[in-house]
Order: sequence, then structure tokens, then C-alpha cells
Amino acid sequence: MLKIENLHVKLEEEDKQILKGLSLEVPAGEVHAIMGPNGSGKSTLSYVLSGRDGYEVTDGDATLDGESLLDMEAEERAAAGLFLAFQYPVEIPGVGNMTFLRTAVNSQRKARGEEELSSAEFLKIVRERAKELQISPEMLKRPVNVGFSGGEKKRNEILQMAMLEPRMCIMDETDSGLDVDAMRLVSEGVNALRSPDRSFLVITHYQRLLNHIKPDVVHIMSNGRIIKSGGPELALEVEENGYGDLLAEAD
Amino acid sequence: MTEAAVKSKDEVTPQVSGAPKAENALEARLAALPMPKGGWSADARSEALARLRDMGLPGPRDEYWRFTDPRPFNAPEAKPLPIADGASPLFTSRDKLTLVFVDGVFDAAASDDLTLEGVEISTLKGTHDDADHWAKGIFGALEAAGQKPAARPFAALNTVAAQDGLLIRVTGTPSKPIHVLHRRASDVADVVWHHVIRVEEGAEATFLETGTVGARSNGVIEADLAKGGRLHMIAAKRAADPKVGISHVFARVDEGAALKSFVLSVNGNVMRNEAVVDMVGDDAVCHVAAAVLGDQNIGPCHHDDTVFITHGALRGESRQVFKKVLKNGATGVFQGKILVKPGAQKTDGYQISQALLLDERSQFLAKPELEIYADDVACSHGSTTGAIDEDALFYLRSRGVPRERAIVFLVLSFLADALEEVEDEGIRDEINERLDAWLTERPQI
Repeated sequence: MLKIENLHVKLEEEDKQILKGLSLEVPAGEVHAIMGPNGSGKSTLSYVLSGRDGYEVTDGDATLDGESLLDMEAEERAAAGLFLAFQYPVEIPGVGNMTFLRTAVNSQRKARGEEELSSAEFLKIVRERAKELQISPEMLKRPVNVGFSGGEKKRNEILQMAMLEPRMCIMDETDSGLDVDAMRLVSEGVNALRSPDRSFLVITHYQRLLNHIKPDVVHIMSNGRIIKSGGPELALEVEENGYGDLLAEAD
Repeated sequence: MTEAAVKSKDEVTPQVSGAPKAENALEARLAALPMPKGGWSADARSEALARLRDMGLPGPRDEYWRFTDPRPFNAPEAKPLPIADGASPLFTSRDKLTLVFVDGVFDAAASDDLTLEGVEISTLKGTHDDADHWAKGIFGALEAAGQKPAARPFAALNTVAAQDGLLIRVTGTPSKPIHVLHRRASDVADVVWHHVIRVEEGAEATFLETGTVGARSNGVIEADLAKGGRLHMIAAKRAADPKVGISHVFARVDEGAALKSFVLSVNGNVMRNEAVVDMVGDDAVCHVAAAVLGDQNIGPCHHDDTVFITHGALRGESRQVFKKVLKNGATGVFQGKILVKPGAQKTDGYQISQALLLDERSQFLAKPELEIYADDVACSHGSTTGAIDEDALFYLRSRGVPRERAIVFLVLSFLADALEEVEDEGIRDEINERLDAWLTERPQI
């Protein structure tokens, strides 16, 4: 599904290399986790994959179902089935959550040549899915993320994911700022979306999230590269011993 | 304008070759306008003429005109402007009393009947020959009071030469808004319109104004709010016709009364809107707000909002919320002042002016001012100029919203605070939808 090969990325306006030959493959239906110390390039990877401006790919490629993502605009990547759950979801005053969601859903459908959802169809689906995530109708009416608590913002990200039905979901530190109950709710939302033709790349600092969202593969990232991959036990190892041994091993 | 500035008038006349001296320029300006003679407004008009002759027309070096070139308003004749195809009407969802003005003159045949419970409506022109009128003590009087401390010569000129306008006396709570719809017939019409609105004790009304007035327009609204009166004024000016326009609102707000004004302005050519509000009674409320979209791609675009709010009594609350979205070299101006007089304790004054510049050629010139002579007040002002927020833009695009649409969302988001000042939710939604449609039709604005 997602294939990243020898990806080299630098900041556009600075001579600073952040990703230095990162390779990774997430097959359909699998959940992969990326862990790594601060500054290893995890968030940059999520931004580069989803098409944020300000980065320059100097080598390598990233493909979704064989098609290079790098030539596409951010919105085209979304329509192709890529989704990034933000670490810090952005507040947009004055734009209703529902209006935004419906525009997003229908823009993607239009881009893919599918029929747009009518107001009634959309409303029915969004109400159902919001209920599962314990998002109140009142929250749906509010401006995007404005006045939402940390947990509400993250649940709103999962609601967007549920509505957009992406095939490849990247989650950038979705657990940051969540209390135990919120983490459980968010994880349940994610688990409900797991399916044989949907994959996840979960970026996290803590093993705890991976107790809720069970990964098939754990990658350890350091200094712009994957230095080790393994099963869920790798996350437990990091939790216990920190990154020290792994980094020394890689050196 | 100070006395010194008036005296130096000759020196500050625009140095365009062959430009007449200032006094001659004013006389030429006056000579080009049809002057109503006699009638109940005669005294007010002749006093205004004396005031105007005393102050003269502004020059580009006048402090109050530092950011806006007064010459388009000084010129004796309006430049012809082609009449654009009719814009689709606003506030259609609303039952309202619509009064049509064509080139600034009331068109009874095209208008609804003037009868509406809770309000008395007549026109300046229609009552001109009457011996007396309830508006006599207000017409030109609020304008005269608003000439200090800064002179506003075009408002005095308006009182002198006003051709027509509404005289509205609100005595109760009319069941629907009063809507003035301006239409154009001549491509050179130089329109001078003047409304007087008196809101009696405890009365409440909504006043809507839409359409394009003329090739050039000079408008004045004098609003006198008695104790506990409430007036909502909402103007939506579409840019189908680029134009030259100046308008003044002079308001006197008595005890416990509330004035709320919102102006939506899309493009325009050279526009200056002034609001001069005197909060004379305790617990008075005044909110003035504007949302402006300016794109110089379809013609020159210069939009000036100049506001002067005076707190003269206890516990007054004033808010100024001005938001401008500027593109392709458009210029936005904001001059806003809060004056708190001695003794106006517990005043709550707030002022925000913000510009969203969609490119590097556009500019926003802001002059926020506070002048406070009371020691127990809360007054704040802020002014910002910025570009589209890249984080927000990426967030929207990452959800599949195309770039152009995402920018529309962010522009609407930027304007939201100003729109919040429209109390009526239905009207606010309609303005928002219309803005959305305009922005979507023309992603470049």
C-alpha cells in the first residue's frame, strides 16, 4: 500500500537534511508504528507524505498503491486515500465543523469522479459516526476545533478519518495530550476503522498507545532513517530500556 | 481640522496644473450641485453652507486625509461609470419594507407602501415644502455636532445639497426591517442622499441598505436614539459597480440605548465610510463593524473606514471591529478613535482592526487612537496585518479541500468576528452565504 524508498528530505529554505534515506513499506491491512527520539524526523515524515509546503525531496520516492505521492498536491493525496491525523489540529474560527467536513468529503468524491453526497445523506452518516465517537451534535455545529478540549480535537480528527474513509492513515502523535479515557475512545475509533484494505502508520512516543492500537510492525527511527524494525515486542523494549541501546547498535 | 489648517488651505491645494485655488474649488464644487431652496430644512442648509465655507474642502496634506486622497471627492463633476448588470438582491429570505431610490431619489412606484406599524416614514424631497417637520431639530444638527474636533467637510456639503433621503421616526417595534434599495439609472449621477432616523424611547428597528447609489455618492445618516432605543443598521455594498463614495453616520446615543452598525463592502473604487458616535447617556452601547473585500484587479481599490466614538457618560460600551481582505495592490485604511471624556467612568471601549493581505502588493494603513480623560475605564485597541495562515491552509488541503476553496474558508474565517456583530442570525447567515458565493465565483475575490 504505502512504500517509501530511500527518502531524502531537506528544509526548503535551509540547508538542513532531515530524512536521510528512509525506507519503509506498509502492506494493506497492517498497522505499523514508528517510534523514535525527539528530532528524529517523525513529524517531518508525516508532513512530507501528506504534502505540506516547505520541504524538498532530494532523493527517493514515496508511493501509494504504486503511484508517486510526491508529484501530487496535498488535496490530491487526500483524494487518493491518504489521511494525516494531526498532532495539533488547527482551529478555524467562523467555519462550521459540518460545513468543513461536508466540503472535504464531497471535494474528495468529486476529485475521484464519484457522486457527491446530498445534505441528507451526509447528515445521516456524520450523526452515526459522531455518536460512536461520543461527539455531540453541538460539537458538530461549532467552528472547526474552536473551544474543543485536547481530547475533543483528537476525536474530531478520528471523526474526519471515519468520514473520509482513507486507505492509508498516518497518525502523528495522536496520543499526545490525551487522558486515559480519551486515549481509549480514540483507539476504539481507530480500531473500528481497521480493515483488510486500510493501513495505518502510527507515530508515537509511548508504548501505551500501542496497547490499544496493536501494531503488526514497530519501526525505530533515528536521525532521519529507520534503524530497526520488529514486532510489538520492540516497543516494549524501548519502553523498558529507552533508545540508548538501539542507537548504539545502529551506530 | 485645526484653524491653522484651514488658514493654510491655499497652500495645500493639490498641485495639479491648472487646479483652482481652494475657495474657488469649493465654489466650483457647489455650483455643480443642484441646491434645494426654501422649505423646513432651509435654515439647517444655510448654516451648513456657512460651516462648509469656513472649513473648505480638504487637501491631501490634511491630517485626517493623510491616507486617502480627497481629490475624487473634491472634483466638481462625477466621472461617468458604466452601470453593471443588476446584482442579485440580498436579504431575500426576509419579509421587509423595501424603499427604492433611483440615483438617490425616492421612487414611490417601485417601493412598498410607506405604512408600517411602529414607524413613521417620509422623504426629504417629498416633505421639502412643508412648513415644519419633526426632523427639523436633527437634520444637520448631528452633523454639525460631529464637526468637532475634526472637520468633515463632505458631511456639511451633504447637508447643504442633499437631494433626497428618508426621514424615519421609530415609535414602536416595527414587525419587519426597513430596507433601502439603491438603483442606478444615469451613468454620471452624482448623488447626495441624507437619512434622518429618530428612535423614540424604548423603540427598536432594523435598517437595511443595499445596492449601488451612483457614479459618485455622498451619504449621511443622522441617527438619534432616545433612552432605551435600539437601532440595527446593516449595509451591504456590492462591487458590481466600482464607484467613488463617501458616507458619514452621525449618531447620538442616549441612556441605555444601543446602536449596532455593520457594513459589508466588496471592492468599490474609492470609498470612505465615517462613523461619528456620541454616547451621551449612561449605559449606552455602540458597536460599529465592517467586513471589506478589496481586489484591485478589476479597478482601483481604496477603502477607508474612519471612526470616532465619544464616551460622554457612565458605563458606556463601545466596540469597533473592522476586517479587510486585500488583494492585487488594494489599499485598506482604518482610522479609529475612542475619546473618553472626563467623568465617563466605567467606560468599556474596544477596538480591533485587522487586514488579511493576499499578496505583497496590497497594503493596510491603520491609525488606532485612544484619548482618555477618566481614570476608571477599560479601553483596548489592537491592529494586525497578516497573510493566510499556512498551517490552517495545509490542514484544510490535507482533508482534500482544494486550495482555492480552502482560501475561501480562511477568508470567511478571518471575517467571522466582524459578521458576529450582526445580531440577526438569519441576516448574518445570508451575508455569509453571499460572501461565500462571491468568493467562490471569483476565487481571486
